[in-house]
Amino acid sequence: MAQRYYTETHEWIDLEGDIATIGITDFAQAQLGDVVFLELPPTGKALAKGDAFGVVESVKAASDLYAPVAGTVVEVNEALTDSPESVNQDPYGAGWLMRVRVEGDVGSGLLDEAGYKAVSEQAR
Amino acid sequence: MKHAPEPLSFEKSRAGLAPPRLPKAGVPSSAALPDHLRRQRAPELPRLSEPELLRHYSRLASLNFSISEHFYPLGSCTMKYNPVANEEAARLPGFAQLHPYQEEASIQGALELMWRLEQALCAIVGVDRVTLQPAAGAHGEWTALRMIQAFFESLGESRPEVIVPDSAHGTNPASAAMCGFKVVQVRSGADGRVDVADLHSKLSTRTAALMLTNPNTLGLFEKEILAMAAAVHAVGAKLYYDGANLNALMGICRPGDMGFDAVHLNLHKTFTTPHGGGGPGAGPVGVKADLAPFLPRPTVEAEGGCYRFDFDRPQSIGRVRSFYGNFGMLVRAYAYILAMGSDGLAQASEDAVLAANYVRKRVEHLLHLPYAGFCMHEFVASAGRVADGRVRALDIAKGLLERGIHAPTVYFPLIVPEALMIEPTETESKATLDAFVEALVEIVELANSDPAALRAEPRSLPIGRLDEVAAARQPVLRWSRTLDSGEKAPADGSSPQGDPRQPAAVPVPTA
Amino acid sequence: MPYLVHSEAERQEMLAAVGANSMAELLADVPTELRLSELELPAGLSELDTMAEIRRLAAKNQVFSDRLCFRGGGVYQRFIPAAVAAVLAKPEFYTAYTPYQPEASQGTLQATFEFQTLIAELTGLAVANASLYDGATAVAEAAVMAVVQTGRHEVVVAPFLHPEYLEVLRCNARGRGFRVVQDLNAVGDATAAVIFQQPDFLGLLVEAPDLTKLAHQHGALAIACVDPISLALLAPPGEYGADIAVGEGQQLGLAASLGGPHLGFIACRQQLTRRLPGRLVGQAQDGSGRRGFVLTLTAREQHIRREKATSNICTNHALCALAASVYLTYLGPDGLRQVAEVSCQRAHFLAQRLSELPGVRLAYPERPFLNEFPVRMSQLERRLAGLSQAGILGGLQLGRWCPDLADAATFCCTEVNDPDAIEQLITALAAAA
Repeated sequence: MAQRYYTETHEWIDLEGDIATIGITDFAQAQLGDVVFLELPPTGKALAKGDAFGVVESVKAASDLYAPVAGTVVEVNEALTDSPESVNQDPYGAGWLMRVRVEGDVGSGLLDEAGYKAVSEQAR
Repeated sequence: MKHAPEPLSFEKSRAGLAPPRLPKAGVPSSAALPDHLRRQRAPELPRLSEPELLRHYSRLASLNFSISEHFYPLGSCTMKYNPVANEEAARLPGFAQLHPYQEEASIQGALELMWRLEQALCAIVGVDRVTLQPAAGAHGEWTALRMIQAFFESLGESRPEVIVPDSAHGTNPASAAMCGFKVVQVRSGADGRVDVADLHSKLSTRTAALMLTNPNTLGLFEKEILAMAAAVHAVGAKLYYDGANLNALMGICRPGDMGFDAVHLNLHKTFTTPHGGGGPGAGPVGVKADLAPFLPRPTVEAEGGCYRFDFDRPQSIGRVRSFYGNFGMLVRAYAYILAMGSDGLAQASEDAVLAANYVRKRVEHLLHLPYAGFCMHEFVASAGRVADGRVRALDIAKGLLERGIHAPTVYFPLIVPEALMIEPTETESKATLDAFVEALVEIVELANSDPAALRAEPRSLPIGRLDEVAAARQPVLRWSRTLDSGEKAPADGSSPQGDPRQPAAVPVPTA
Repeated sequence: MPYLVHSEAERQEMLAAVGANSMAELLADVPTELRLSELELPAGLSELDTMAEIRRLAAKNQVFSDRLCFRGGGVYQRFIPAAVAAVLAKPEFYTAYTPYQPEASQGTLQATFEFQTLIAELTGLAVANASLYDGATAVAEAAVMAVVQTGRHEVVVAPFLHPEYLEVLRCNARGRGFRVVQDLNAVGDATAAVIFQQPDFLGLLVEAPDLTKLAHQHGALAIACVDPISLALLAPPGEYGADIAVGEGQQLGLAASLGGPHLGFIACRQQLTRRLPGRLVGQAQDGSGRRGFVLTLTAREQHIRREKATSNICTNHALCALAASVYLTYLGPDGLRQVAEVSCQRAHFLAQRLSELPGVRLAYPERPFLNEFPVRMSQLERRLAGLSQAGILGGLQLGRWCPDLADAATFCCTEVNDPDAIEQLITALAAAA
């Protein structure tokens, strides 16, 4: 069973072994509104923790995505090119963004569910 | 049939219609173009006969709102009357026919006009020199920041940061980024004005400039402007004035006297040149003497009744566009300043402030006003509490369109939820302002009694609310034959020949 | 007072409604030490006197007849159909605001969609935007697109890009932090784009396909700065594989007007769409299935993306784009080709006649050109002054930009320069020697 973490910038991470699956939270998709476009990194790209790795766009807003962990991109969700609405409809499932092979420790700064709930309540 | 849909010119075009009669060359032909540089496939341009052409554009014109017919209370956009005399002025052959590379001796009137306009703008905003080159407000912002950048380079100082308030126009941070600056945001306080304590914490010797709009985008005068100017200058930085809201201040006070070092003006806002459905405008920039060496070249100089371009400006940032600016717009603005004069400009700003306060007072029982006290030329209201949140600012905007009034600026500034930013301007009569209030009354009543009905507006305009999400997910940015036949447009933009024309099909969203 | 609408009684009524005793009370937030007593400007004038002063200034300028203007350098006198002025004079177009509210702006939006298609067709590329300020800023915007797209920080410019465009590009590059190199041998792994003008500033044709190949060999983008009327005859950037096409659209129905307002355009391959600066209009549908048009992909733009926007441009040159659309739709593809061909033939005839004059020779007799070309001549300055006295605006002296061509000027011809005008020029030039 994967362990789920969150960030203060509204990404989620499911960690299974050294593979992290990354997406944006339900709160984030609701704030953005209907997603129309995503810019995601190519596979093989090395990311440092906190790097802006992509952009998610709705009609009225655009938001940078920040790498919650350091690692190498091993897979991006190609299906989102044709159906970006998955990010709205199923942010923790079909709306995942990319998988990263984690390098080093997952590190500090990640939140558990209770911690993220507090952050999103405050942002509301 | 007031709003019958008008087909695209491409859809109305008929193959086989001869081109208009054009002159023949009338000389022996000797031109030989190399084959490999010749075009292979003719461009697929539409061709309409002159009667059809005029009707096509007349029908399109009838689908527009415009200031000639409608009230536009658009905050920060200053949609005021565009004097018709100014149009006549710009079209005079003595201006419109001038080639930009004519010798200076043959364009003395144009140079004199530019010189006199510069003097007038200097007097209005309180600066030493003005460049007329920038084509628009954002272009002016960028030009001024380039000058500030060059100024600090000349001193050997590295100042990589530009500070903008969280209520700033989007062009401010975008212009700073185009100049390579890092954007640092300063908060607004509870009274809607810059939080001076936060400003102090952001200012340092890394700061190149603070960009401010005054009155700010909430329509509030920055009362602490002199203290802010002193703080900015104390760290050696420059104070930049975004002139979007200058319409509040003509003849009342001057940015230069407040301590601003560089100022851009929107001739298409304050000085009545028409908006043209999005442009062209003009965005002159005024500066104090210490920034003047960095002005774009050429400047216009006067010597003994003669006027000339000065290209010999070694510290100039260079050019920000070709030639000398949107000259046709400069003619219009100068005609406006001549007609208004010192007395007229001051009265215009006073009337603009009076109109905004009048509307503000009359809507206070309809909308939430987050900031107390009098406003300047515009104010921001929130629609967040209308009908207990069952409708949004967007619905009120569309309800106004349905009632023949252009919507205010919505969802800006970002710091007010469900913002409606209202700027009536000085050229709207009290009767028009009252009609606007009455329309709002009706809309708020409808929002309370039948919010779904309001959300379905507009009903009687050429088009209802569009599916912007589908449009952005599968963008169709041009007509093509393949689009007509329902195929996906080829990526290289080539459009195969031969398909019969059919009504264009819109790609259906996959959701 | 002109353009103001309130009576004094209405002002008092409004003040009373607001609950203020005076304007001073409304303006109390303005510190008293900043209050002006009066602007240092003359008092306002009547419309009669305003227009008299404006006409005085206009009359101080020398207006050359269209047919006697042989000077180009980026701005050309061409036949402007009356239909263009008639459409531009419609207040529904010229006094409208930016079409942010699509239900109230379908006229502007549809006209812009048509403009985007026209530019895409002319350039042979997939997508064009709603307009930019001018050709010079369009070159700079394209360079920024290439820098962002490739992550490289140098653009290489082929010889004889319009010198003012080059100067604008340099001004942008210094601010944004990329280099501008004027040496085609320098194209390499650090090159974001190769930028060339077709025809170039002198009017001469360049090997655009080869320059495009050169860029692509090094993973750089090819940016073609093109003359829109030339594209009726010359291969469009899309045909030879250029990634971005930009240019100046003044020739498409706009007055010379001392250099502005004119029209910048930009078009690109499909894959670069989201890097485009400025507004884009897209097709959409309303709730009842009606086709409409709307500003789309706006998350690229400054009002949403702020410091991360593709450009800071907001106000564009929409009305100039409308003029271009009317112009192109009036001419149609065959009309545009005729205009280009007539200009080309007359220019070649003029080149022939000029080179027959003593002391005059083509600067690059071996190079092909379209409707503008450089000639070297003795006593250049004196001859041009003589033309001016004869009411003829002769060629553009090149010395201020190109020291090697100090004795040269470019001459251009369009459909307005009839054969008699050409003979008048030749006669006056011979007499002035």
